[in-house]
Amino acid sequence: MTITEKIIARHSGKESVIPGEFVEASVDLVLANDITAPLAIEEFEKAGAKEVFDPEKIVFVPDHFTPCKDIQSAELVKRLREFARKYKVRFYEIGKVGIEHALLPEEGLTRPGDFIVGADSHTCTYGAVGAFSTGMGSTDIASAMITGKVWIKVPASIKFVYKGKRNKYVGGKDLILYTIGKIGVDGANYRSMEFTGETIRNLPMDDRFTICNMAIEAGAKNGIIEPDDITAMYLEEVGVSFESLIRSDEDAYYEEVIEIDVSDIMPQVSAPHLPSNSKNVDEYADVKIDQVVIGSCTNGRISDLRRAASIMNGHTIHPEVRCIIIPATQKIYQQALKEGLIDVFLTAGCVISPPTCGPCLGGHMGVIGKGEVAIATTNRNFIGRMGHPESYVYLSNPEVAAASAIKGKICHPDEV
Amino acid sequence: MKVKGNVWKFGDNINTDDIIAARYLNTTDEKQLASHCMETIMPDFSKKIKKGDIIVAGGNFGCGSSREHAPVSIKGCGISAVVAKSFARIFLRNSINIGLPVIELPEADEIEEGDELEIDFEEGTIKNNSKGKTYEFNRYPEFLQEIIRNGGLMKWVKARYIKSQ
Repeated sequence: MTITEKIIARHSGKESVIPGEFVEASVDLVLANDITAPLAIEEFEKAGAKEVFDPEKIVFVPDHFTPCKDIQSAELVKRLREFARKYKVRFYEIGKVGIEHALLPEEGLTRPGDFIVGADSHTCTYGAVGAFSTGMGSTDIASAMITGKVWIKVPASIKFVYKGKRNKYVGGKDLILYTIGKIGVDGANYRSMEFTGETIRNLPMDDRFTICNMAIEAGAKNGIIEPDDITAMYLEEVGVSFESLIRSDEDAYYEEVIEIDVSDIMPQVSAPHLPSNSKNVDEYADVKIDQVVIGSCTNGRISDLRRAASIMNGHTIHPEVRCIIIPATQKIYQQALKEGLIDVFLTAGCVISPPTCGPCLGGHMGVIGKGEVAIATTNRNFIGRMGHPESYVYLSNPEVAAASAIKGKICHPDEV
Repeated sequence: MKVKGNVWKFGDNINTDDIIAARYLNTTDEKQLASHCMETIMPDFSKKIKKGDIIVAGGNFGCGSSREHAPVSIKGCGISAVVAKSFARIFLRNSINIGLPVIELPEADEIEEGDELEIDFEEGTIKNNSKGKTYEFNRYPEFLQEIIRNGGLMKWVKARYIKSQ
């Protein structure tokens, strides 16, 4: 069995499972945010439920429109807060909250071998610690809050084997944008993406989170990386104890095996309006930009900020560009302060936002207007994603975004 | 169950931001969500359609976010079913869970805007009255049919769990 099949089998009381089989699995963690929890709460109440299956295993993270951008958003968060108090589920208040998919691993809530569901499509991020983790809708979450279980069709797995040495400025973001470009936005629909190979084995945790985070952009049910020494060190840092690290069997069945030589990959940029429109950054050189966003559940972690700062140090943002930096959690923000990164950003002329999903989904904190162009370290560049239906979003890694902010146009970091 | 309506045609990779833009997610009200359905890619969609009309689309319909607001807004408009070459997985789950009928049909390309369709869910057939053609579709597996027969996921949960609480 693959690691994904093993985790699903363990959680559905079975010796083994096969792709295509429907099972009912017990969950270790149930997540919802300020957009998706209210619908789940409505369904929970409509069903007449009196209690949740386990308050310790339910977590509400109000991160999308917070600090609340308007009265309606405030009402939504209020519903989360009231429900959390009544049923004693975990709730992260403003001041403690961060972007959910950066926050939960940092809080030690995601463990290898866990079965995690969240009412947010980027829940697949936690595959980076070796968990089976997948996004669902609010009704699924309401059901899981009551029963502690979800129905699931066991996905077939595709194995992505990365080999070779990464080029300068090529990180997890570039590997995943390149991969989605290769297989398309539905290239892994309903299936599991397992990332492996010598390149992955040498890849730091933050890059692994970025890769698993964007598995959904290829339609995957989950993205996963077998845990290893790098995972174990990370888990120790965040105070997670674990018994064993599950790995795929040597003879596990894969629907497809795709080998990628990363020494061919240069920093990637995905053009509007699909993440699969990825090409080498040089192909989009000279696209003029109005805004840069560095943050999100994809690239708002400390190493992302370090990378952006390493490019920006000693430079100033182009006069016709605004650059928004969003540390993904309070801890990341504090660490960036300690390391002097925030000072680099402020000196360069960036604005620093509190942790929030904000502009990534056109919510607040940097929405763009008609005809405007942004380059962002976020995960989606759909029509109108960051604001006006006639605006344009390019996706990239933090170094490319930082360099572009300085030059006022999309450019390779070496140009700075 | 049978439904009948005219077709509104969309292409491939219609994503959840197309179906309901994130700026409208500060509410859970079905009517409000419905009023903005598809407006990014087809302004005034919710005003143009008649109750019972059917969306027909290409591959990977509903890709992107897990927001259930997307199928809720479609259902709220009065759309009776969505037929597509394929669906993104979370959208498919959400639709089944809230009771919006969704059908995978590889021949969806043959259906055109304005065609009148008649869908029979028991028989598993789609009749295109405008073109005089009938298609058979794969019905849901037994596991999901049980949820559908119960009237959606929450009624199923209620029947199985709530009484014991």
